[in-house]
Amino acid sequence: MKYLLMAYVNEAAWPKMTKDEQEQGMAAYTAYREALTTAGVLTGSNRLQPSSTATTVRLANGKSQVLDGPFVESKEQLGGYFLIDVADLDAAISWAARCPATSHGVVEVRPIWGVPA
Amino acid sequence: MTFHDGNERARSTADAVARRSYGKLVAFLAARTRDVTAAEDALSEAFAAALADWPPNGCPANPEAWLLTVARRKAIDMARGRRRHENAGEQLRVMAEGLDAAAAESEIPDQRLALMFACAHPAIDAGIRAPLILQVVLGLDAAMIASAFLVSPVAMGKRLVRAKDKIRQAGIPFSIPGRDELPGRLDTILDAIYAAFAEGWTDPGGTDVARRDLTEESFFLARLVAEMLPQEPEALGLLALMLHAEARRPARRSADGEYVPLAEQDPALWDWEMIEEAEALLLEASNLRSIGRYQLEGALQSAHVFRRRTGRANWPDVVQLYDALWAISGSPVVAINRALAIAEIHGAGAALDAMPRVSTDVRLAEYQPYWATRAELLAKTSAHDEARHAYEIAIGLERDPAVRRFLQKRLSRLLGPPC
Repeated sequence: MKYLLMAYVNEAAWPKMTKDEQEQGMAAYTAYREALTTAGVLTGSNRLQPSSTATTVRLANGKSQVLDGPFVESKEQLGGYFLIDVADLDAAISWAARCPATSHGVVEVRPIWGVPA
Repeated sequence: MTFHDGNERARSTADAVARRSYGKLVAFLAARTRDVTAAEDALSEAFAAALADWPPNGCPANPEAWLLTVARRKAIDMARGRRRHENAGEQLRVMAEGLDAAAAESEIPDQRLALMFACAHPAIDAGIRAPLILQVVLGLDAAMIASAFLVSPVAMGKRLVRAKDKIRQAGIPFSIPGRDELPGRLDTILDAIYAAFAEGWTDPGGTDVARRDLTEESFFLARLVAEMLPQEPEALGLLALMLHAEARRPARRSADGEYVPLAEQDPALWDWEMIEEAEALLLEASNLRSIGRYQLEGALQSAHVFRRRTGRANWPDVVQLYDALWAISGSPVVAINRALAIAEIHGAGAALDAMPRVSTDVRLAEYQPYWATRAELLAKTSAHDEARHAYEIAIGLERDPAVRRFLQKRLSRLLGPPC
C-alpha cells in the first residue's frame, strides 16, 4: 500500500541553526532517503520551499481568487514529503518514526486513495 | 482538612489502589467468566464511583473490597441491561456470584499470573500478546500502548478487542500450565515483558512520559513474575537482565544529551545497587540448574560490567556466552553482537566474516545495529566507501536523534582528514 509521509516542521527554527547543525540536519535527511531507497520502499520525495513562497488559489463567487501565503497559517508547515510503498500502516508508521522531522516537527501518515482492484 | 485536600487524597489513594490492585481485580473478575472486557468495564465504573464517593466520604478501610463490591453491583446492572443478549448476561451473573464469596474473604486471591498466561496463550496472535498483558494487567490505555509499539491507536484498539473476544469465545483457560508445559509458555510472558521493557528502553533520557512509564510497568511485571515463580530461573534471569540494563541508563547520555556507547561510559554513573541485585539474582538462577536465554543475556551484561570494573579484557568469555545464546536463539541480533566481540580478539576482518547476511535474513536490511556494526567494522578494514554507505543507511534507520548524531559523528570522522 502507498502512504504519503508529510513532514510538518517549524520553519522558523531552520534559519536560527548554525551551519554545522544545518549540515547535520541535511545529512540526516539524505541518510533517511538512502535507507528508504535501499529498503526499496521509496516512490517519491521532495523538499518544499518555505511557506512564504506559497500561493493559495480558490474559487470565490465564480471567480478565481489568488492569495499570497499558505492555506493554514501555523508554526508548523509542510516542508517535504516521502511517498512510500509498504505492506501496511504499521510499516508506514515505523518509517515515519525514523524520519528526522519527528525530532523537530511532526510526520503525518496518510494512505493514498488507491484504485480499487 | 479542606475539601480540596480530601479530594486530592482520595484521588491519590484511588491512583495507588489502581496501580497496585488493578490487575489483581481484573484477573479475579475475569477468571470466572473469561470475559476480560466485562471485567474491565465493571472495574472502570467502580473506579469512577470511587473518585466520586471517596472525597466527600473518606477512603474506605479496605479499598480493594470496596471496589469489588461496587464492581459486582455494576456487573449485575450490566447483566440486566444485556438481558436480551442472554449469553453476556449469564456471564456477568456468574461474575457477580463469585464476587459475593470474595467480598466475604479478607484477601483477594491473586490470579494475575493466570491472567498473564491467558494473554500469552499460543492461540492469541503473537504480536498482540505483550500489548494485551500491558493492558489487562496494568490498565494502560490502547493509545499509550500503540505509541510504545509504533502502531496506529485505532488498529491497536481493534486488535486488543479482538484478542479479548478470542479469550472468551475460544475458551482460553485462566490457569498456570503444568510442569511440562510451563517453561515454554512462561517464555512467552517473559518475552512480552521484555518487549515492553525494550520499548521503554529506547527513551534513555526518560523524557517521553509514555515510554518511561513502560519501563516502570515492565519492572513491576518482571518482579511480579519472579516473586510468583521463584523456582523458575528464567524469570529471575529476565529481572537480572533488566536491572543490568537499567543500571546503566544514567550513563547512556552525556550531560548535553549525546549518546555514549558502553565502552566510553563512566562506571561511576552506573547504579551499583541495581547491579548487585542483578548479580544476586543470576547466582540464585544458576543454582536452579537450567540455563536459558535471559540468564545468558544477563550473564553477558555481567561480563561487560566486570570488564569495565576491573579493566581486564574477557572477550573469549563473552564470545562463548554469545555462542551459547546463538545455539538457543539463532537470532541474527546475537550474531551481530558476537561479531563485535570477535573483532576484539581476531580483528575486524574476521568479525565481518562472522556477521550474519541480509541474504539469509531480509529483516536485517531494516535493522539499524546491523548497518552500524558493519560500518564500524568496514571502517576498521579501511573499506571506506562501503563503510560510508553502511553508516548512511544506519543513520537513516535510526529513530533516536541522539544516536543519529552519534552515527553522523562517526561518519564524518571517516570522511574527514585523519587525525
